[in-house]
Amino acid sequence: MSDSVLSAPAAQNGSPAVALLRHARYVVSENPVTGLAFALFLLIALCALIGPYLVPHDPLASDTAAALKPPSLAHWFGTDQLGRDIFSRVVVATRLDFAIALSSVALVFAMGGLSGVAAGYFGGWTDRIVGRISDTIMAFPLFVLAMGIVAALGNTVTNIVIATAIINYPLYVRVARAEANVLRDCGFVQAARLSGNGEFRIVLTHILPNVMPIMMVQISLTMGYAILNAAGLSFIGLGVRPPTPEWGIMVAEGAGNIISGEWWIALFPGATLMLAVFCFNLLGDGLRDLVDPRRRT
Amino acid sequence: MRAPTPIPEQDAGHALPLLDIRDLTVEFATRRGTVRAVRHVNFSLAKGETLAIVGESGSGKSVTSYAAMRILDRAGRIAEGAVSFSGLDLRAAPEATMRDLRGREISMIFQNPRAALNPIRKIGKQIEDALLQHAQVDRAAAAGKAVAMLEQVRIARPRERYHAYPFELSGGMCQRVVIALALACRPQLLIADEPTTGLDVTTQKAVMDLLVELTRERGMSTILITHDLGLAAAYCDRVVVMEKGEVVESAGSETIFRHPEHPYTRKLMHATPRPGVTLRALLPEGSGEPRPAPASAPDVDRQPLLTVENLVKDYPRQGARGALSKLWRSEPVPESDSFRAVDGISFSIGRGESVGLVGESGCGKSTTSSLLMRLIDQTSGSIVFDGENIGDIPARRFAKMPLRRRIQMVFQDATDSLNPRYTAARAIADPILRLGNLSGRDAVRARCEELAGQVGLPLDLLDRFPHQLSGGQKARVGIARAIALKPDLVILDEPTAALDVSVQAVVLNLLQDLKDSLGMSYLFVSHDLNVVRLLCDRVIVMQAGKIVEQGPSKRIMVSPATDYTRELLAAIPHPPL
Repeated sequence: MSDSVLSAPAAQNGSPAVALLRHARYVVSENPVTGLAFALFLLIALCALIGPYLVPHDPLASDTAAALKPPSLAHWFGTDQLGRDIFSRVVVATRLDFAIALSSVALVFAMGGLSGVAAGYFGGWTDRIVGRISDTIMAFPLFVLAMGIVAALGNTVTNIVIATAIINYPLYVRVARAEANVLRDCGFVQAARLSGNGEFRIVLTHILPNVMPIMMVQISLTMGYAILNAAGLSFIGLGVRPPTPEWGIMVAEGAGNIISGEWWIALFPGATLMLAVFCFNLLGDGLRDLVDPRRRT
Repeated sequence: MRAPTPIPEQDAGHALPLLDIRDLTVEFATRRGTVRAVRHVNFSLAKGETLAIVGESGSGKSVTSYAAMRILDRAGRIAEGAVSFSGLDLRAAPEATMRDLRGREISMIFQNPRAALNPIRKIGKQIEDALLQHAQVDRAAAAGKAVAMLEQVRIARPRERYHAYPFELSGGMCQRVVIALALACRPQLLIADEPTTGLDVTTQKAVMDLLVELTRERGMSTILITHDLGLAAAYCDRVVVMEKGEVVESAGSETIFRHPEHPYTRKLMHATPRPGVTLRALLPEGSGEPRPAPASAPDVDRQPLLTVENLVKDYPRQGARGALSKLWRSEPVPESDSFRAVDGISFSIGRGESVGLVGESGCGKSTTSSLLMRLIDQTSGSIVFDGENIGDIPARRFAKMPLRRRIQMVFQDATDSLNPRYTAARAIADPILRLGNLSGRDAVRARCEELAGQVGLPLDLLDRFPHQLSGGQKARVGIARAIALKPDLVILDEPTAALDVSVQAVVLNLLQDLKDSLGMSYLFVSHDLNVVRLLCDRVIVMQAGKIVEQGPSKRIMVSPATDYTRELLAAIPHPPL
């Protein structure tokens, strides 16, 4: 038989994990900012995992003698009104903020992803119902909606997670719906039908895996937003309550002191929050490059 | 507006070629290092000459012309060599000069005419834009000139069509508009990159005739980039054959057909379907094991496998006028709100028979195959498969029925028909897992390997993903999947349309072998009579939803009974043999 037909396109590269690693290295080398974002992400993840064991001071221990001290070698980020070490509090708060963002994103990914794919694939009434639900959510100012949900359901961390998931729902639905709508007409879906796959099996085994890559990007982009949202709700006194260390509360506590010159109380948690959101947004760009098959030349 | 760049005057006679490419080497920076897409290419083009660059995908034929126009991708660059246009060094010319040359002196036509036109701008305006851009006319005269251009490319009622948007025109018309756009500024050189791929044969003929005629009329030079040797030889003075980035042969089109020198040219010519050649003869000489002669046409059973009677499919007409626009316009509303894609066709397919279904795009052949596959429900008529009227079973329910396994399909675009996240083995196993009666991982895997052997897919490729396979390999995976359940009827929807000729020859032969060994029936849907007749005993010709002619393929090729079939046959480009 003809050689040209049978010859392999290129030498193969080991296991999928190795190939992914190689691809990641390529993406990072192409765009150093992505590498920075990945490094920042690792740092944040590290703080969330083992932060409480590393910090120099107890984040809850107050020491009125050392209250309102500016940054120094003993207290890197200074101390607050009760003399608590701000650096320790900022590091310990990572876990809570990260957990809220992660669980809300996981929740909305499951809800929005599945209903969006169903809407895009089946169309008709499924599409109309899912579409109107997300339109209704988008008709509210989202932060006010989140406030309302937390106020109505009760002032707990679980409800912050639920509220954050709900306000992100339309974003996921739209992405998943648009992607599924395109894939629905692809040849391989027809082929799957010819192979005797039922409609639900096609959605779960053929459409959903192909929608995943673009959803991964969406996850990273909304992670930043989810962190900001959780901190925002805490800032106005919903959800997490003092003295639990949390970035939003810490900014709120420090806000009144800026005018009297103690800028560090609000600045450091605020800057950390900004950095975390920044990191996730950059990560989104990097992830998009990572999953885009056109970049895999 | 920029002042036109002066082009060095050509000295008397033809001493200076219009385009001269010397030792051109183009490199692309990729992840796996630098790739040389074009290596030391030499050719020149005289004024008024028509040159074809022929090669299979990946031969560097497009890259060569892109390099000449300096419109390579970001990753590509000209590494060596010289390109001169009327004595002007294009490689050294500043970008501003190049921008001025493109469109005014050198024009280009791309493969997909729809993608080349701005979808939200009237076509007349788009031609005006090109004229104004290069300061060919003033604003007042532009509209008149644009209409004149539309007239020249033989668009009927040019004054009305001036106001048309690209989506209102057919593919062939869009290509004519693109030609009008390319020729509006009276360029000296036209580069046409696969201008007729994706068009029907009759449209292809119309477009090519027009292109050649305009070229001659204006004394332009044309470079035609194509994979089709027949087309190249029928319309061009000279042919350059490229393989793997190098020019392997360059000669007058008659010479190249009578005395091809290079083995690659010979192989390419050999694989091109042409009148009077059998399927087996398309394969390179002395390739592979001797095949058993195809069994003499299997006696067509008394009881046919599939009988279609009075099959009709209506679609609701797109953009049926709503109440609001009825108020707006006084024209009468079209009498019917539906479009009849398939209009009462009847035919049958015998056991072990292969039948070709031929027609131009929009004739209803794809709708017919979808109906037979039970992917959509018909409006009326019956489809009797092996004594059972499957037309009565709703398409939604058919997916899980045992009958499903007996009718399978090979899709037109192998890439599109494979799930990008499934390995080849998983794709082949899909029908076995759903409808087969094999259980256990090992049994399914063994069956996949057996199928891979049957379609000639090396076993080590089974664990690859579609993007790691070549076009021919993907086609094999698609075929393996279709025959996995040992179906009685396989519908082949232009299975080779996206493949190079040499791969097409191999795949067509593979299909014939499979049919001989497995005793399946084929319905081969295609627009190319020359390909269909290679594989099929009988041909059905469709036009506008109706069957205009059916009969043995030999008879139809030699003495077609209807004008439409004659027209289809005449449109196939014939090399001057």
